[in-house]
Amino acid sequence: MPYELISGCQAAAIAVQRAGVDLVAAYPITPQTAIVETLANFEAKGELGGEFVSVESEYSALSCCNGAVAAGARVFTATSSHGLAYMHEMIQWCSGARFPIVMVNVNRAVGAPWVLDPDQGDSLSQRDTGWMQIYCANAQEVFDTVLQAFMLSEELLLPSLVVFDGFYISHTYEPVDVPEVEKVREFIGPPQFQAQVEPGVQANLHGLSKGETQLQLVRRRHEDMLRAPQVFTAINEKFYRVFGRSYKTVDATIPEGSKTAFLAAGSTAETVKWFLPELKGCGLIQLRMFRPFPGDELGRIVEEQGLERLIIVDRNCSTGTGGYFAQEVRAALYGLTVRPVIQDLLLAGGIDLTKDILAGAAEKSPGDKLVDQEWGVELK
Amino acid sequence: MAVKLSYREYFKEDALPLMWCSGCGNGILLRAITDSLADLQIPPHQVVVSTGIGCWGKADDYMKTHAFHGSHGRALAFGTGIKLGNPDLHVIALMGDGDALAIGGNHFIHSARRNIDITAVVSNNFNYGMTGGQYSPTTPLSSKTTTSPIGVAEPAFDVCGLSEQCGANYVARTTAYHVTQMKRMITAAIQKKGFSVVEVLNTCPTHFGRRNIAGDPVSVMQYLKDITVNKSRYEKMDEEEKAKYLVTGELVNKDRPDFLSVYRELNPAASETGRGESK
Repeated sequence: MPYELISGCQAAAIAVQRAGVDLVAAYPITPQTAIVETLANFEAKGELGGEFVSVESEYSALSCCNGAVAAGARVFTATSSHGLAYMHEMIQWCSGARFPIVMVNVNRAVGAPWVLDPDQGDSLSQRDTGWMQIYCANAQEVFDTVLQAFMLSEELLLPSLVVFDGFYISHTYEPVDVPEVEKVREFIGPPQFQAQVEPGVQANLHGLSKGETQLQLVRRRHEDMLRAPQVFTAINEKFYRVFGRSYKTVDATIPEGSKTAFLAAGSTAETVKWFLPELKGCGLIQLRMFRPFPGDELGRIVEEQGLERLIIVDRNCSTGTGGYFAQEVRAALYGLTVRPVIQDLLLAGGIDLTKDILAGAAEKSPGDKLVDQEWGVELK
Repeated sequence: MAVKLSYREYFKEDALPLMWCSGCGNGILLRAITDSLADLQIPPHQVVVSTGIGCWGKADDYMKTHAFHGSHGRALAFGTGIKLGNPDLHVIALMGDGDALAIGGNHFIHSARRNIDITAVVSNNFNYGMTGGQYSPTTPLSSKTTTSPIGVAEPAFDVCGLSEQCGANYVARTTAYHVTQMKRMITAAIQKKGFSVVEVLNTCPTHFGRRNIAGDPVSVMQYLKDITVNKSRYEKMDEEEKAKYLVTGELVNKDRPDFLSVYRELNPAASETGRGESK
């Protein structure tokens, strides 16, 4: 297998190059910049298969992508933090327009103050904008998920946000299986959607619509997104046959007899997995897909394993409510006959998730609130 | 009689060393601004430095004036609010080329059109230095950057020409090499009522320099000297020769009434209830 030692950012960029895109429009922002720099290098060598343009803002980058998709192009962009926040209006435009855009967001907290920590709130706060969201736990997952996202988006005509943590994944180097370009392009194939503006046919896109039309459009978009877990599973079955790897929307590693599990997404899941042998009696549920939220699958895992307690690792905080993942899990499991106790390990910002923090949380009683613990972090 | 303020009253010496790379001209520019404020004897608490994101956006960390650190590109938008909130304050917006002309380009042209009484100091180092040297709207055509390994295909903005066309009252260009001129211009710009722009062509040995000139501080400083020519010489050149240089000097100095003056004349009642001068 052609393994390469690359960073998370490089894995994302090489996946885009392998998939083949017509246009990359982007604006530099740490910790994402290495993705677009790598793509600019591919373009300079004539290996991107399309064009690269660095425009005047993130807003312009996603607007440019919207236009290009309307013209039939397969596009990609990447951003972080303030860049994603700045795109907020265009993010919704492109899901409303049913444009299958693939974007990578490298998690970074949003200011004020100016901050670089890999908080997940930038992407999680975009949960209601009509994009599918998939969280990756290592560079190999980044590579594979970016490839799969093109297929998922083009099948459902919905945009995909592939998410991974700033610095922990974006800037660390790992061995990644990087398949040859021919093999990937044969697997993915050319864009699976039609151009909407092209010579010869007059098109008038996204004009003023009335209430009933809007209701129909929103419902159809919602129903189509609900098909994502099923399409994701089908893509992964096919992916496994060609590349020997596959992923689930939610993955569980539950040691025999464990009634407690950590639930985590992104690099925190990888950290929990690493310490699992030392966290006696605890398992791990890794959440990959966040939108649509795979609640049915999560409920099935909880019931099958008879889990009594879930500790949700939230490297984020929805001010006034708590962690995003904890909120979603509570809502998704509400319908179970026997519900597990849900405790939110609220670690907004970017402190290092250590074994001590995990063990400290596991040792608490199910009734305890997991806040202001003895993390070894001084909270002023 | 009050004690004369020195530049040290505006500069946080305890924040040294500066985070900028060796050979970066931002330190020279920072000293010129603090010197100008000292010359004008404006008390530090009457000055608000408004910044965005980028290497030059870090300048507020080293100043003892008020500092409003905002998001990328919005220094002028925040500054407009600060000035309207209290017109007694001197607002100085510190922006890099990407901050001012790319993501903040809209605020830049409208601040000039509105002629709001803000001093904009644009440190133009021809690329996005902080994120690692990508091309910006002032990167010269065909220059190499990390996002244009074989050369950028877009022409650069003429920052001063743009400011002039949009209506700024004071527009000047200098370089990190021309220290005396730089200080003179910043002093004039702070004194000018209305929108003023000082574009300081700056060095970035680490990124732009290394890819296009040389990575050492002396070469990039020499480059700034070589690509510029002062106004009096420039005006005697023919068009072909002019195209080879960027002109330095005071390019606009006029007294079009600033936004607040016009606003108050049109609506005196609204101003009477406001803060600052009208109290």
